[in-house]
Amino acid sequence: MGAIFKREFYAYFISPVGYIFITVFLLVAGGLFYLTNISSPAQADITSYFMFIIFTFIVLIPLLTMRSLSEERKTKTEQMLLTSPVSLTGIIFAKFLAAFVLFAGTLFISCLNFYVLYEFAATAGQTNTAVLIGNVISILLIGAAFISIGLFISAMTENQLTAAIISITTILFLLISGAFSGAVNNTFIRYALDFVSIFSRFQAFTYGIFDISSVVYYASIVVIFLFLTVRIYEMRRWQ
Amino acid sequence: MIEISNLVKKYGVNTAVDNISFNVEKGEIVGFLGPNGAGKTTTLNILTGYLSSSAGSAKIDGIDILDNPSEAKKRIGFLPEQPPLYLDMTVKEYLNFAYNLKRCRLNRVKHIREICEVVKITDVYNRMIKNLSKGYRQRVGIAQALVGNPQVLIFDEPTVGLDPKQIIDIRNLIKALGRDHTIILSTHILPEVQAICDRIVIINKGEIVANEKTDDIAKSLMSSRRIMARISGPSTEVLSFLRNKEGILYAEILREQKDSDSTAYLIEGQPNSDIRKMLFFAMSEQGWPIVGLESVDMSLEDIFIKLVTGKPGKTRAVRLDTTAGEDAVNEPEIEIAGGDN
Repeated sequence: MGAIFKREFYAYFISPVGYIFITVFLLVAGGLFYLTNISSPAQADITSYFMFIIFTFIVLIPLLTMRSLSEERKTKTEQMLLTSPVSLTGIIFAKFLAAFVLFAGTLFISCLNFYVLYEFAATAGQTNTAVLIGNVISILLIGAAFISIGLFISAMTENQLTAAIISITTILFLLISGAFSGAVNNTFIRYALDFVSIFSRFQAFTYGIFDISSVVYYASIVVIFLFLTVRIYEMRRWQ
Repeated sequence: MIEISNLVKKYGVNTAVDNISFNVEKGEIVGFLGPNGAGKTTTLNILTGYLSSSAGSAKIDGIDILDNPSEAKKRIGFLPEQPPLYLDMTVKEYLNFAYNLKRCRLNRVKHIREICEVVKITDVYNRMIKNLSKGYRQRVGIAQALVGNPQVLIFDEPTVGLDPKQIIDIRNLIKALGRDHTIILSTHILPEVQAICDRIVIINKGEIVANEKTDDIAKSLMSSRRIMARISGPSTEVLSFLRNKEGILYAEILREQKDSDSTAYLIEGQPNSDIRKMLFFAMSEQGWPIVGLESVDMSLEDIFIKLVTGKPGKTRAVRLDTTAGEDAVNEPEIEIAGGDN
């Protein structure tokens, strides 16, 4: 498993994908931080900063996951992995971990932005460390959930472009589905839309409350989609 | 070493592999032969754990590939039809990746260096795989299979797409590896198995049609008396005369040559009899001179076609001896088309 993780993580930096991800993420994070927190110093608004960051995931997360499994299938290198003594779960988890580590690492680097906040706004009593930590944790969890969804989609196709487009659409839907729920009269559909909405769970964290049910919600998305990805490979083997 | 029993693989309604069984003993090189689409790759993929069988079992060293996949896979080195190469890695990085992936415990530097020497890729060790020629890529694929020194090596069509020089190199390499590995190698090229394999398993339409030692097949082929005679005379009359002649089992026209006024016939006599003298006198009596006479051994290709179609094959003058494979490399490859010829 370690071998696959290493190879996968390394692959992000052989191709431009890793550099593009890090560069775009940090640029956008910096820009958003300036707009939400620095240009209007009256209100250091960490929560809206993170809300905007989540929307960049629509494009950035599929960038990490699109070729992860589809390319292996297309070039037949998956045969090497699947006939190695590593379990299927190990292979999929290693892939997930490589994307997650790159994502989390970049997110932590972007947290340097908050240095400014602590240096200048803390004296004005405008920083709330609990809110900040809550936001970072929830962002990590949301990212992990999207990565597992992206992996699942990547496992279904040989074409990385197809994987990217379907992933973008899916993540977009998950993000905005909550916004539609107000417009729907049917209670069941409204409930369903709220349930899949990533945002409805995001709220509690933004108040600095550690909401265990939301953690469970995001973690189960990760587990379910990684499990489904493993199942796809099992099915293909047995078909 | 390898036991395959009653293996079945169905893709939907199609049966790719239909109840096949065979064993491979330790140290044997077995040629797994069949036309395209016969089920060779499917069988090998099941054996290596890439696919699961619909029924039956495959065991490596007594370990079932489904019951204990990681233990069984540790004992296998696999070169799939298309070598599983990461083109964006150097040979060095790739082999180190294979080393880690297989959780190899041998001395890393020494083991990888030895493999590179055996498959002769030391000179491209630091090059990107995408910049390597097909022949080198195939070698890197074999090198990958050798990492961890597995007891069983499985090669799926290892010489496809290589030039004749590379084919000979890869065959010699496989032969050399056979000294201390058990090898299954699939191919649809007949001289290949004659050249390197101890035993031949022939599969067609998902079923095993023959499973014999290469030498035994050679012996049974030698026993048939077949000759190619070039006779000057009216071809239809000669042919019907030959067919009615006592002692001749079978006769057909191979090719007519207009310019030299002679026709080549393939004639098969009774087993263990020599029909050449008899033929000479008979033809001389009729006034049809024999202008050429050549003994023909049935090639493996004939056997193959006979086995998979039930019809006698068209004979070529390929002699079945131990060097046949190497000679045959210089001829166009004998490829067996589906079961319809």
